[in-house]
Formats: sequence, C-alpha cells, structure tokens
Amino acid sequence: MLKSRQDLIEYRRIAKEAYELQTEKVIVCGGTGCVAGGSLKVFDRLRELMKEAGIPVEVELQAEPHDHTVGLKKSGCHGFCEMGPLVRIDPQGWLYTKVQLSDCEEIVEETVKNGRYIDRLAYHKMGEICRRQEDIPFYKQQNRVVLEHCGHIDATAIREYIALDGYTAFEKALFDMTGDEVIDEISRSGLRGRGGGGFPTGRKWAQVKRQKEPQKYVVCNGDEGDPGAFMDRSVMEGDPNRMIEGMMIAACACGASEGYIYVRAEYPLAVERLRNAIAQAEELGLLGDNILGTEFSFHMHINRGAGAFVCGEGSALTASIEGKRGFPRVKPPRTVEHGLFDKPTVLNNVETYANVPSIINRGADWFTSIGTEKSPGTKAFALTGNINNTGLIEVPMGTTLRQIIFDIGGGMRGDGEFKAVQIGGPSGACLTKEHLDLPLDFDNLKHAHAMIGSGGLVVMDDHTCMVEVARFFMNFTKNESCGKCVPCREGNKRMLEILERIVAGEGRDGDIELLQELAETISATALCGLGKTAASPVVSTIRNFRSEYEAHIYEKRCPAGACQKLKKISIDPTLCKGCSKCARQCPVSAISGKIKEPFSIDLSKCIRCGSCVSTCPFHAIKEG
Amino acid sequence: MTHKQYITVDGIPVEIEGEKNLLEVLRKVGIKLPTFCYHSDLSIYGACRMCMVENEKGGLDAACSTPPRDGMVIKTNTERLRRYRKNILELILANHCRDCTTCDNNSNCKLQDLAMRFNIEGVRFPNSARSTRDDDTSSPCIVRDAGKCILCGDCVRMCNEVQNVGAIDFAFRGSKMIISTAFNKPLAESPCVGCGQCSVVCPTGAIVVKSNIKSVWKAINDPAVKTTVQIAPAVRVALGRELGVRDGENVMGKIVAALRRMGFDEVYDTTFGADLTVLEETEEFLARIEEGKNIPLITSCCPGWIQYAEKKHPELLENISTCRSPMQMLASILKDQSAQSSRKPFHVAIMPCTAKKFEAARPEFTKDGEPIVDVVLTTQELIRMIKESGIMFNELEPEAVNMPFATVSGAGVIFGVTGGVTEAVLRRVSSSKSRTALNMIEKAGQRGSEGIRELEVPYGEAVLHIAVASGLGNAEKVIERMKNGEHFDFIEIMACPGGCVCGGGQPFATVQDQKERGKGLYEADRQLSIRRSEENPLMTSVYHDIIKGKVHELLHVHYTHKEEE
Repeated sequence: MLKSRQDLIEYRRIAKEAYELQTEKVIVCGGTGCVAGGSLKVFDRLRELMKEAGIPVEVELQAEPHDHTVGLKKSGCHGFCEMGPLVRIDPQGWLYTKVQLSDCEEIVEETVKNGRYIDRLAYHKMGEICRRQEDIPFYKQQNRVVLEHCGHIDATAIREYIALDGYTAFEKALFDMTGDEVIDEISRSGLRGRGGGGFPTGRKWAQVKRQKEPQKYVVCNGDEGDPGAFMDRSVMEGDPNRMIEGMMIAACACGASEGYIYVRAEYPLAVERLRNAIAQAEELGLLGDNILGTEFSFHMHINRGAGAFVCGEGSALTASIEGKRGFPRVKPPRTVEHGLFDKPTVLNNVETYANVPSIINRGADWFTSIGTEKSPGTKAFALTGNINNTGLIEVPMGTTLRQIIFDIGGGMRGDGEFKAVQIGGPSGACLTKEHLDLPLDFDNLKHAHAMIGSGGLVVMDDHTCMVEVARFFMNFTKNESCGKCVPCREGNKRMLEILERIVAGEGRDGDIELLQELAETISATALCGLGKTAASPVVSTIRNFRSEYEAHIYEKRCPAGACQKLKKISIDPTLCKGCSKCARQCPVSAISGKIKEPFSIDLSKCIRCGSCVSTCPFHAIKEG
Repeated sequence: MTHKQYITVDGIPVEIEGEKNLLEVLRKVGIKLPTFCYHSDLSIYGACRMCMVENEKGGLDAACSTPPRDGMVIKTNTERLRRYRKNILELILANHCRDCTTCDNNSNCKLQDLAMRFNIEGVRFPNSARSTRDDDTSSPCIVRDAGKCILCGDCVRMCNEVQNVGAIDFAFRGSKMIISTAFNKPLAESPCVGCGQCSVVCPTGAIVVKSNIKSVWKAINDPAVKTTVQIAPAVRVALGRELGVRDGENVMGKIVAALRRMGFDEVYDTTFGADLTVLEETEEFLARIEEGKNIPLITSCCPGWIQYAEKKHPELLENISTCRSPMQMLASILKDQSAQSSRKPFHVAIMPCTAKKFEAARPEFTKDGEPIVDVVLTTQELIRMIKESGIMFNELEPEAVNMPFATVSGAGVIFGVTGGVTEAVLRRVSSSKSRTALNMIEKAGQRGSEGIRELEVPYGEAVLHIAVASGLGNAEKVIERMKNGEHFDFIEIMACPGGCVCGGGQPFATVQDQKERGKGLYEADRQLSIRRSEENPLMTSVYHDIIKGKVHELLHVHYTHKEEE
C-alpha cells in the first residue's frame, strides 16, 4: 500500500529495476484479434517450453528484483491484426507474424536461447524481410502516443506500467499542480475530444470545475459502437492504466471523487483488463480514499453496456449508468452541468483520457508540435475494408488519406481500384479520390461534409456499390435508433425502405429527392447526435455518386455489379450446348430448354444466385 | 428595479416572466406551436420535434425544452419549419391507423387536428401501423390499440411520474419500439389500477375508455328489464363543450331528463350514496379514534386507490375505511329494493371514472351471483349516448331524480372534488351546526389545487391531523411520510390529480376547465338548502326503514390482500 509520494517513487524504482533485469522479452499479442487466432495457446506453449528448457522465465515483474530473467508477456493489441497472432522479441524489436503453435519450439530454441532471427516468421514486403517491428511500413509511418505501450507491455500488470513511468503524470498533477494548472495545460495543448465531436477537452473540464455542486463525476465513454472500429478497445485491452490515469487526472483537476467507465459488454477482454487494473490500483492505494496520503479520494466503477449504439451518446450513456433506459434527453441542461445522477460530469472518450498523461508529462508544447494547428496530437484509426493491411493505426492529425491507405495500409487489396472511404462510421460520410490529399483533421473533414467520428476508416474499391453502402449504414442506424424522437425513429425507417427498393431494382423517379428531403428533416430536427447524423452516409453518397443512384433507378443497373437483384444473367446461345446441367442446378427452375438446343432463363423467376454460372461447363452463362 | 427581459418572436418583442420554456412564452403571444409530447404536468420529453423554432443563427431549437434567454430572436413559422413539421406529421401518419371515422377519438385527436392544420394532402410511405389484432382489451377499464400509438410517451410519464403506478413503459428500440407492460403481459395482469389517466393524456385513440354502451342499450330496450341509473357528482359539471355546455356548469337536471328520454326507468343521484358514506365513515372514524385502532383512517371511495393499495400497500388495507363507495352504497340499496320487482333489475352507474368499471366487476360487490352495478358508463360514454339518441341536450328542461332518494346534501355533492370527502366528514364531526361553522370549515385547508394538503382540526380536547392527497404519486408521498413516523388521523386519497372531476372517464379538458369543474361543484353545494349529510331528512327513513338491520351487509365491505384469497 503506497501511503505517500515517496512510496510511489520507491515502488517505481524497484519496478524499473525488475524491468531492466528482464534482459529479454517475448511479448505475445493478447488483443482480441490475436486471441481469436490462438495467441493464448501460443503463450502457454512458449511458457511450457521455456520452463522445460530451464530458461528463467518470468511472467510477472519481480517484486524484489535480483536475477536476470526472460520476460514472457501478454500484451494488448499491436494493431496489425491482419498478420496475427503476433509475437514481439525485445530488446531487438523483432516482430514475428502469423505465429502458430507449431512455431513455438523454434522460437524458444532459435530466438530465445540463441538470439537468432527466424526468417520464416518475418513480415515480407515485396520479398524483402522487415525484421524489426519499426521497419514494417505499417508501423514506420505511425506516431504512437496513445498506443505507445500497446503491444509492448504486459497489459495485466500495473507494475510494468509504473516501471515505464506510469502514474508520474498523476503524481505531478496531484502534488505539483493545482486543478487550474492542470486544466490550463490541457487547454493549451488544444486536446479535442476524440469521440467524434472534437470539443476542446480543457474547456469541458473547466466548465465542470466551475460548478458549485460538490459532488462531481468523471465518466469514460468506452461504448465504441461503430461497425469496424476498435481503437478504444485496443487501448482498454492493451494499456488500461493509461486511460485510468487520465481519468484520475481529470478527477483530481475537476474535484470529482467517483469515476465510471462505460464499456460495451461485447468487449469482455477490455472489461477484464480494466477490472484487473482497477483492482491493482486499489491494492496499491492509487485508487481509494486519501490517495498517497492526500485529501484526494477517487473510486472507479465499471458499467457494462448492453450493446446499444445510442448509449455512446452522452445523456443516453449516463441514463444507462443510472439504470434507466438508454434514451438521450433534451439539452440544455448539458452534461457538464447536470450529467450523471444529475451532477456535473466530465464525460470523455477513452482515447481522450489516454492522451492526458503524456500531455501532463511532456507539456502542452510537445503536444501541439504534433498534428495540425487546430487539431494537435495524433489520432487512432481502425483501418478496414478492401485494403492490404487492415488494423489499428495511430498517426498525427493532418496525415492524408493517401498516406494512410497507400503507405500504411499497403494499398488496395486485389485488383480493385480505390473508390471511396467511409470515415466516421454510420454517422460519417464518404470521401473520394478528390479527398486523397486532404490532411485529416477535425476542421478539414467538417468542410468536406464528413467527420472524424471515433476513427473508423472503411476503404472501398470499385467493386463496391455506393447505394448499397448507404443502405448498409442506414440499416445499422435504423436498428440502433433508440426510438425516442419521431424523425429518427420513423424517418430512418422510411429512408431504409427507399434504399432497399433502389438496390432491389424497384427504385422510382423522385426517390433521390425524397431521400434528400427526409435527410434534411431528420438532420435538422432529430433529438440527438445519432439522429442528426443518421442520414450522412446517404447524403454524401448521393453528393458524390449520384449517377450510381440514377443507374439503379432509371436503368435498373448496378454500375459496380454488386447488387444481387440487379444482376442480369443470360445464356449465350452460341456457346450453349444444351446439356441441361444449369437447369438441373437452378434452385427455382428458372432455366428451361430442349436438350442439345440453347437453353434460356426466365428472369422473372431467376433469383440471381449465380449457381448456373459456375455450373456451366461451356462458360455460356454470363452475369452482369 | 430589475431589468425586464425580452425575446423577439417573429419580430414581436415578448417579455419573459419566469416561463420555463419558449412554448410557454409563445402561448402568451397567442402562438400555439404544434406538440404531441408536451404536457405541463409531466416532465419535458422533447421527442415529437413538432415545436421546433428557428433561432437567430438559423439553428433549430425545440421550444418545449429551450429556456427563454434575454435578447433571443426566434421565428416560429418559416418555410423550412413548415416543411419539417409536415414531414414529421407525414412520418407519424405513415405508421398510424388511419380509420379515423371509426375511431373512438374521432374529432378528439391531436394527430387528426394537426394533420388538418398542416394540410397534409397525402402520405408518400406505405402504411405500417400495427394491426388491431394487437389490441389489449384485457382491462375492464381501458383499451390499448398499438396501431394508433405515436410513442409520444405521455402515458408512460403519467403512469410513472404522476401516478407512481409503473404499469407501462417503453420496450424495444427504434422502429420496433412499443409501449408495453412488463413482459408484454395483458394490462389486466399488470400493476395497472385502472385510473385511466393515461387515456386522458393520450393525444390519439391509442388508449381509450372501454365502452359498455352496447349492453346498456340492450337492457334499455328489453321490456323484461327494469333499468335504473345513478349519476356521480363530478359528471354534472363536466359534460363539456361537445354538448355545448361550459365546463363547471351544473347540468344535473338536464342529464336526468336526457336519461329518461333515452329510456331509463328510474334515475338516481350518487350524491345520496355519498351522504350515507359520510354518516358511516364518520361513525367509523370516531369509533377508531375512540379505540385508537387502525389510525389513520384512509378513505375508501376511490377504486383506483383501492387497487393501488391492494397491489402496493396491502399492509394498509386495515386502515382503509370499510365503507363501500357511494356508488356501491346506493346501488346495494337499489338492488336490495328491487328484489320484489317482477322485472329483472339492471343498474347503470354514470361515473367520471374508468376504475369504477373494475370496482363494479369485483366479487365483493355481487348479490346472488349478479353484480350489484351491472354496468359503469363514463361521462364520455354518456355524452356519446346522448349524441346517438339525437337529443338536443341544451334544449332539455331540467328534471328531478326519482323518489325515494331524491333529496341530497351539499356535503355529498363535493365528493367529486379533491378534499370534498374530508370537508363532508368535518361538517359531520363539527359540534356547531351553524352557517358560520360551515364557513370556518370551508377555510380549514382541505380545498385547493396542491397535490397534498394538510390540516389540523380541533376535536374536543385533541387535534385531528388530516392529509388530503390527489394523484397516486402524491398519495405515495403521504404514505412514505406516515411510514417515517408522521402521525395522521385521517387521510383522503383520490387516485386522479384534482379528484373525480379530473377522472379518467371525463372528457378532455384544459387545466383551467378542470378548475372550473371543481368550482362548479362548490357552487352546487352552496346553492343547496341542505349542506350536511346528517341533515338530509331522508337519512332517518332510510336507516329506520329501508336498510334497518342490513347496514353492514349493504354499506360495508372488507378488502383483503389479493394473495390471501
């Protein structure tokens, strides 16, 4: 139990010593993606083999360091999920990719015992081997601040976080700075909310601090619901203490004594890691009453969300924590005045809190040196879609889409050509070729009618139908609407109906205009952010790809060839030999004909399943 | 002197005088923005988005949830706003049953009104209203029709915030959202107490009073049946504009005339039952004070409250008066009398109340296996029957009710307004029978519109602590205080905020009109020569003759905890 600042400093000194005594480290990725790929089995196997080989393996840092050891750790997500399971070897900084159970013996024998690199497990780029993680193009162009420790440290040990100067920022805020000084530092850093809105964090904290009500709350929004986004999950899984430290600094600055983390129940690993981190911090005395012998007391609680997208909205989130239905409420009053349990509340996103310790430690000037003038710092993005390197990245604000997609992301997958990228999830918009060189930051994206959102990037190639993309997101939003206000509840349903008929080839003249009219009404009148932005994907696809909508409606044709119901299947009579194989294969008996004469397809019966196309031995059946 | 604050509405400056939101400021200048989910008695919900106004920056604010700020400039009727409002209405209509002509709330529906006001010429979306198969008809009091629900949540907030009943809430999400009981059980199996306040606030026909009109017509037209009818005090002041009557105007005589024309054989006044209740309840109260047992005595006339107590506070059933409600007292005597009649008796009670329909069906109130009150009709149903009969109500000459129960006291009439039972009992308890004493009692504190009122009344050497609560949420607060050790001798509880004049079976009225109804009853009381129940000359004959030896059988009841049965 640490009872004073001195205790913490001493604890850190010993932890550092233990960390340094681990001259070699084998770090197995314990992020969700790699775990799904079997990384925990790899971890267990490595441990077994190392023990058998008599290697002084250490899973945890020693409380009383004395011997040199080899550390074997489970880290959080590296981000390079495409290549998982990943194993990192320190101090060399090597990264082994796609590690299987069968590779373990070789790793122990060659690398751990003899310090030799295994080429077979390397990441190859154009035939060239990238040994060190930092040399892999995916990582090379990144600037990891928030994700600094993700993939490098044992996410389950607070000792390790402290060994790497963890909780020094909190210590500084608690002992060397006043609340106002902390808030001032955050304000000067220009940190803006990473949850999507980009509201200045310092201003928010100052507004909460100003409230006279003595009971205040600090709440972390970990309800990451955008399809394909997992930035926050990676932080919570990979470096939970960083985020907790950020929340403690906020509490210390604003005068809050209770903190809540609202995290999706679909993130069991994040919940487990956070619970573990909180328990360890409590045990050390970093959380609880009279922390480090001061007047400051802070308790943290975890609330698991049941997976409603709308609970990422501030007032719905606080309602959900209170045990009420996850409904957003009308504002004013705002969360900073009447938030959780009707008390002043600092509500920030995971990534925002995770930025705080570095800012306090390194100063606002350091932070503003990264990124752009109005949007300093870095931003984590989840890269998905038709791209070679999917995964989690962190880049300075102002990085262009071209750098992200073609340098870090390794370009388009397969033969597709870049068409668009959906940024900001279902509330966001699509960016096209003309935006490839646009420096991504809050304001530029706003001008481009898009938003950074929480940081999901879905890359699409020319085989992607943009009407279908709009339909997909509208379907998501319609299902996730809470149902409270009329425009969002009823309007999204109708927009989806129209989009569904367009992709089914039943679009009507006037549908585009009706979509636009509904979109305008919903955006202008909906109660909360979810509703106000629900129509964005539709509006932006109409703006950028109107001709695709028109082709669907007027020509009953999908230019990307993606819409199943608009596919036209025909039999080329010059190639058809009349073998009847297709007719026998057809599940709806849409094909008929006389043996040894060309067959024909009744398109009114055809369901465009395509099974005849692959069946035909003479390639006589064409889809398009 | 403080600086006066103004907002500019459509170019006109309007002073802010402590209004909580723009909607209230706008109503002052005669602008009535369309709303579905705004109700001054309920919390702000802000979901219908119809009351949006445009601010000086071109942004939109919902008037119901935006507080007025000095210097604010707003527009309420721009081209954009009209378009949005029309779109929202169209979206609601697309998900709404549009069989207006056969709807219970035809011509009494906010959605219909606004569709007309905004000239909705067509709906461009396929209709996706739920089918009537989903109707919940399980409750004897109200019917829920999900196909007409616009999810404004008024009923939910009424049931939870004001009534503390919590029978209904939202379930599911997005376009699948519905108003539901827990686990979508039938309303009859839910904590619903039948107060009907949800139907009062429902802007459409999604929650309506269950109609029993058909069976009444059938009985009236059956020569083998003798139909008798009684009219509750609160009905006479609430027939409403639909019949061309001002709220608060006492039209008892015309109602009697109308009922006779419709074919009822005998017409009575529930007030007579109320007079009996006053005598019985006072006697019981004084006896309990004497014995010091089961104090406080809590009133028993309100069936919504009785159900609430049974479901939430069975431990209080011993405190509830054993007196039957005035409706049941009168009906019990009438049924008892009709035993000699050759025709089959059929008794109808016209009540301001939906919960009375449940009370009438209770097993406690049967005689030889038949219900004592065969059918309860609400004021709303009475209006419908009068209209259906083609009676020109306003042209009727007032008539008197039938003997032998034709004389009633003012004490019985004021039963229809919150505090009325208390005042009637106080008149009985008071040792002085002078007019001055009446005036003193009038000002004791039981009158008024606050949800909870308390008074202390000297009684001999002692002081009686009395609480009057209307609205079940308020009742709950009093109960809580009682449990925390506060002493009360007598508690009057009415389930509906404001008492029976604001009952769930009354036609819709504004808050102001509801006040007029209460005033109307006090006025009726003042105009009667007999103001005290014990001075009703008929009481003596009833006690000495008609119900002699049957007082307990006919006038009392003991409610037991449901699970004990």
